[in-house]
Amino acid sequence: MAEIIRHPKALSVNPLKSSAPAGAALACLGINRGMPVFHGSQGCTAFAKVFFVRHFREPIPLQTTAMDQVATVMSADENVIQALATVCGKSRPALVTLATTALAETQGTDIARLLREFRAQHPEFDHIPVAAVNTPDFSGCLESGYAATVNGILEATVPHTRHAGRRKKQVNLLLGSHLTPGDVEAIKEWVEAFGLRPVAVPDLADSLDGHIVAEDFLPVTLGGTPVGELATLGEAAATVVIGRALNGAADLLAERSAVPEWRFDGLMGLEACDRFTALLAELSGQKVPEKIERHRAQLQDAMVDTHFMTGLRRVGIAADPDLLHQLASWLAGMGSEIVAAVAPVKAPVLADVPAASVHVGDLEDLEDLARAAGAELLLGNSHLAATAARLGVPLLRAGMPQYDLIGGHCKTWVGYRGTRQALFDLANLVVHNHEHIAPYRARLVVRDDHDAAPPQAAAGGRH
Amino acid sequence: MKASDIAALLDEPACAHNKKEKSGCARPKPGASAGGCAFDGAQIALLPIADVAHIVHGPIACAGNSWDNRGTRSSGPTLYKIGMTTDLSEQDVIMGRGEKRLFHGIKQAIERYRPAAVFVYNTCVPALIGDDVDAVCKAAAERWGVPVVPVDSAGFYGTKNLGNRIAGEAMFKHVIGTREPDPLPADAVPPGITVHSINLIGEYNIAGELWHVMPLFDELGIRVLCTLSGDARFHEVQTMHRAEVSMLVCAKAMINVARKIEERWGVPWFEGSFYGITDTSQALRDIARIIGDADLIARTEALIAREEARVRAELEVWRPRLEGKRVLLFTGGVKSWSVVSALQDLGMNVVASGTKKSTEEDKARILELMGDKAIMLKSEGARDLLNAVYELKADLLIAGGRNLYTALKARLPFLDIHQEREFAYAGYEGMKELVRQLALTLESPVWEAVRRPAPWSAKAMVVAGPEMGDSPDAEDDEPAAPAVGDATFDPLAAA
Repeated sequence: MAEIIRHPKALSVNPLKSSAPAGAALACLGINRGMPVFHGSQGCTAFAKVFFVRHFREPIPLQTTAMDQVATVMSADENVIQALATVCGKSRPALVTLATTALAETQGTDIARLLREFRAQHPEFDHIPVAAVNTPDFSGCLESGYAATVNGILEATVPHTRHAGRRKKQVNLLLGSHLTPGDVEAIKEWVEAFGLRPVAVPDLADSLDGHIVAEDFLPVTLGGTPVGELATLGEAAATVVIGRALNGAADLLAERSAVPEWRFDGLMGLEACDRFTALLAELSGQKVPEKIERHRAQLQDAMVDTHFMTGLRRVGIAADPDLLHQLASWLAGMGSEIVAAVAPVKAPVLADVPAASVHVGDLEDLEDLARAAGAELLLGNSHLAATAARLGVPLLRAGMPQYDLIGGHCKTWVGYRGTRQALFDLANLVVHNHEHIAPYRARLVVRDDHDAAPPQAAAGGRH
Repeated sequence: MKASDIAALLDEPACAHNKKEKSGCARPKPGASAGGCAFDGAQIALLPIADVAHIVHGPIACAGNSWDNRGTRSSGPTLYKIGMTTDLSEQDVIMGRGEKRLFHGIKQAIERYRPAAVFVYNTCVPALIGDDVDAVCKAAAERWGVPVVPVDSAGFYGTKNLGNRIAGEAMFKHVIGTREPDPLPADAVPPGITVHSINLIGEYNIAGELWHVMPLFDELGIRVLCTLSGDARFHEVQTMHRAEVSMLVCAKAMINVARKIEERWGVPWFEGSFYGITDTSQALRDIARIIGDADLIARTEALIAREEARVRAELEVWRPRLEGKRVLLFTGGVKSWSVVSALQDLGMNVVASGTKKSTEEDKARILELMGDKAIMLKSEGARDLLNAVYELKADLLIAGGRNLYTALKARLPFLDIHQEREFAYAGYEGMKELVRQLALTLESPVWEAVRRPAPWSAKAMVVAGPEMGDSPDAEDDEPAAPAVGDATFDPLAAA
């Protein structure tokens, strides 16, 4: 069990944390024709929008209640109602999420009351579900804001039912923010391979995988979980939850529907993949398809091939809690040592990270820890590139944002195939950065090597 | 910041736009707004000062979602790339611990990173709960003997443009005029040449484009005392009052700095641009003319003649490929006129320009450049923007990163000219990169490929109708109407 260590610093330097409202937006971006709105000043929205535009390389719908000085001092209640009416009227979304920010929360907004007032004033938009969530920037991180919003979306759309199992083939997937669009796609295909019908919530694979649509422009998301499907979650045969941050949302769904459920922390590595595959076999009553057996065998082969590069490898990881746990568990299962682990906030899952300690802090902390422990490899978002350069070690990009890796946003990490490719990527980084022993030229061995490089230049050289 | 202080910043006597309706300063519409806040503008304006520790005082969103995302470059220190924030927690806000945290944060930054100065950006939450950032900065500066400059830039104060001015005001109030320029080393001055000093205000060295221009100044014997703020150092900002002329590079962003330096120290200023051959030459001429050194004027003319001949010859090969192409320019205003000039240098046809954030003077300048046929787009809505592209049969859209993927989803050639871009377009050399990037997207075979329907399908790209909704920030209240009569739009047929 990892010890959780907090760094009592006044300043966060090179922040690892992204804000909770950004997570709220991300959850909404996985709903078809979704439109996320922030209750705050314009900048709150603009920064989150640029953050996602640059990570996903996609247009990102995101709106704001645009609090100015008058609204901030007097009242911003009217801003919220006006913003919801404008967005619902113009963009014709199928679902809206309304996330608060630090500014709105410090002012003391009552978002639930404002939503009721909006409903009273604008019955013409009754058909558009609105999930109102409290996500002040001063608590939590992207992961917690995302989880709170998945919870809010379920609350706004899933009725209380007792018809669990009516849709015999339907498997609900509650998917955490540590999963990429590539991961979501892989998980859905995995479920489909057993003749089951997955409903992913949210479905980032359908909205942010990067695909061209027939329409030249849509003001809302280009795909995602259809809102109509959300109402059917209570009729599914099973719910599978991936990511411990979604425990609250999973509890809510269970309470509303009594659909039997299974929970996973992550889906990287042989053991987690096997458990998930076995579950699907059990749920479907089918044999494991040969194709999946083959993928499993391929992963086994990749594991033995790459254990030379991963074994005893000293690794530093910085990520939101669920992603940190998934990556660390995968690498520990490959014989690596997690010598530096940093998460931006505390979370129960951190205790189970296979490392002596997990630090709640920033990328400066990771840099210090990695340097002190002699880390040979880093895993984390693009902000770590400068850290890795200073430490002189390679970086495997994971998490958000990834500004400098084309396709990084849709890389598949989970499943037998995803894990296998991740192993290859990691092993290649190690191989290409391998430090050779410096040549030694013995004084007592007489040779005539004219073109030999001077010994000091060869020291620490890489090939 | 008091409402009266904000009003004073918005009331900019040197700005022609001041006399008319303040479109750039209008109240944002809830649910229909785009663009950043005052903090965003202040940070953009000052972050490129490379040896300063930039501390964002507020909860995580302001710095956490935005640090390390600008294309500005430094030739030396990289301290500006280190993201620093007080990352206020719920307890800090409730218990009023923000000031204390900031004080210790400044100490932490100074002790570990030894900055030339510390800039503290105040944001919405501490502004709302009343943290006295000025007092904390003053106390910290006295305690540790390092300049600590407050930049009171809460997002709710207003727009990005206001933030630029707040940043400029902070430099004027706390930094400019606090030091004399260091003497030049004797061997740096070519014999027989009188060195003159200038400021470049509003040049951010995006993608290093300042370095296309600096060699010209070196050759002319012009010492750039300070660029505010691309590749700048703190001590350079301190000496801006000793320049002989200031050039305001990025339209109106920091016009207040230029005006106030003139008022207090008598440094004249003018507005210019380094985009395009014509404008680059004009800027160099204006600098020499205002300095009024006959020798410098002669040498400047010689340099212009040589550079123009060289670059025009190099651009000749590109000209037939770009000439007559129709461009829709949508920059949100700031750089509209300067880019128009650069494109016209290439024989391109600018068919419309966005003016949402342009000042009256900018608009007049665009009209002057584009003639009576000029179409000004007021709306910021993506739907309206695409409709304009179709209606005007534009071959290319030039806009900021916000519209990049909107254009690409509509299968339109696109050139990004905003802050996050990775290519340097300034100066004579920059034109070569600009034509390359223009040709690269205009001539790319991918457009034809992605517009073609699959062999088993007749469906080409569809112009989304009103039932698909409109962007909330569109100008009118009606949902978008299709731009062309037929709902199915085939760009290949239209081309």
